[in-house]
Amino acid sequence: MVDTVAIPPSAAAKLFDCRDAYASALEEMAATDQRVCAVVNDSVSSTKLKNFSTKFPDRFVNVGIAEQNMVGVGAGLANGGMVPYVCGASCFLTARAMEQIKVDLGYSNWNVKLCGMSSGMAYGQLGATHHSIEDLAWTRIIPNLTVVVPADPQETDQVIRYSLEHNGPMFLRISRMAVPAVHDPLHTFTLGRAIMLHDGDDVTIITNGVLVSRALDAAKALEQQGIHARVLNMSSIKPIDADAIIHAARGTRGIVTAEEALTAGGLGGAVAEIVTLHHPAPMRILGVPGVFAPTGSAEFLLEHFHLTAQGIASAALTLFREKQ
Amino acid sequence: MSGKPLTIDELAHHANKVRITAMAMTHHSRLGHTGGDLSSADILTCLYLGEILNVCPDKPAWPQRDRFIMSKGHCSGAYYSTLAARGFFSPSELKTFMDPLSMLNGHPDRNKLPGIEANTGPLGHGLPIGVGVALAAKMRKESWRVFVLTGDGELQEGSNWEAAMTAQHYSLDNLVVIVDRNRIQQGDFTDNIIRMDPLADKWEAFGFAVREIDGHNYGELMRAFESVPLAPGQPTCFVARTIKGKGVSFAENKPAWHHGVPTREQLELAAKELNVELPW
Repeated sequence: MVDTVAIPPSAAAKLFDCRDAYASALEEMAATDQRVCAVVNDSVSSTKLKNFSTKFPDRFVNVGIAEQNMVGVGAGLANGGMVPYVCGASCFLTARAMEQIKVDLGYSNWNVKLCGMSSGMAYGQLGATHHSIEDLAWTRIIPNLTVVVPADPQETDQVIRYSLEHNGPMFLRISRMAVPAVHDPLHTFTLGRAIMLHDGDDVTIITNGVLVSRALDAAKALEQQGIHARVLNMSSIKPIDADAIIHAARGTRGIVTAEEALTAGGLGGAVAEIVTLHHPAPMRILGVPGVFAPTGSAEFLLEHFHLTAQGIASAALTLFREKQ
Repeated sequence: MSGKPLTIDELAHHANKVRITAMAMTHHSRLGHTGGDLSSADILTCLYLGEILNVCPDKPAWPQRDRFIMSKGHCSGAYYSTLAARGFFSPSELKTFMDPLSMLNGHPDRNKLPGIEANTGPLGHGLPIGVGVALAAKMRKESWRVFVLTGDGELQEGSNWEAAMTAQHYSLDNLVVIVDRNRIQQGDFTDNIIRMDPLADKWEAFGFAVREIDGHNYGELMRAFESVPLAPGQPTCFVARTIKGKGVSFAENKPAWHHGVPTREQLELAAKELNVELPW
């Protein structure tokens, strides 16, 4: 049974491309820290690093279309005392260079920052080859590798700046889909800490990235039906905020996770691991259910897989009613 | 090390000690890569004990050091033996090779053992890392050099050629690739798996200054390593002609000895042929 929830039209919010926040943060950091450098795979425009390459040509390396080499070069730059930001389309960066990510970054524990751009289904029309819905499952299981999925420009800026302070390899998943600002301007990112963006004790929605704003819209719609949903932005997938998850499992009727990724192995999997071990509770894991996505715009594909305010609210309502 | 350069005879003696130690380690663990340990021993000895590498065993993370990357990480027996001989850690550690919780993994781990620059084992990882280290030196205007030792079968991994293109594009004349050209890989002679020739021409076509050398001739190895870069503005490649299993009659040029494990009798015979004592 699928419950439906009417989603009120939200006021047209200003939308942002998080790549702009990432690129300008990187430029500012490079201006003050000589260790900051960038490595790309002929992806200057898609990584929005044209300005960086102009301002810091001596600290900008374009290895061409060669992702295995690109990640290894990053490890070598770290060996030489630099802090490399290795940036490319997430689908190629993670899949093609998986062994380098495991061995050269995770196992070796080099201080390299992987920026997986245009992740999820942002390259919708280009087809499954260019979707990156597997990357969360692949990266979060690698020891030593920290995984973060920022939700809006403010969080992207903070995550990029935090990454320079963090000594160790990181995978930063950065979308190109337009998103509204969802954070309070006073909020600051803390690794391993979930951010509660909407309070409620009936049901919990745990999400991140481009789905955060949709989850907030879902919570507002549920509110109109008298259901109080808690929305957690779990941008830090690894380390994950186990306390916030256990608290949600104990204090609400269940947890809905929503991610722009496969339902296996990603955010939903990470939350389920905590819930199962510490406080079993009803869950719904929303995402792409074990299939290669068809072609279509990113928005179309989110609709197709019910990764919308409507889809999230319906799952939350169903879970809420089942538990009653 | 003393300030006095080692003679050719002394280098040969050290290299044979590296050989027998690597074989003793493999005998101990019942695992190892005897053939490649023996083919690479002379190269490693010249780099570390011939003091080509500007390294400081007391301060293994000294920022200005030359970097050596053992891309053929499976030949850890010869590598660890050489590092211990150079003073990075006690030779007594070598007896723990591949023991439970030993610092001496089957393949090198930089987080466990001083002197290791890169975790290697899966092939085709060392050269991209070496390119990164060389780029870091250029960015920081430092004068350190990077030496990467690869196998010849290893060059079947495409990542090496990706890295080679980057090295030439960025004119990395602080990067030296040494190919242990023993013509044998795990399964068979390279010619029977995937032909690598003309190997020197391949490197030249990828923009490297190339010299083919005898990988067991100490004088030639030392002269070659002392003359880098071979050309200004170009990365260097030495294709070192070697013999897999070099110095031990029953192992020489035999694919089965890629990861052959010597018996005690074979170990004693090897020591006799190498004219060195067993380490333990």
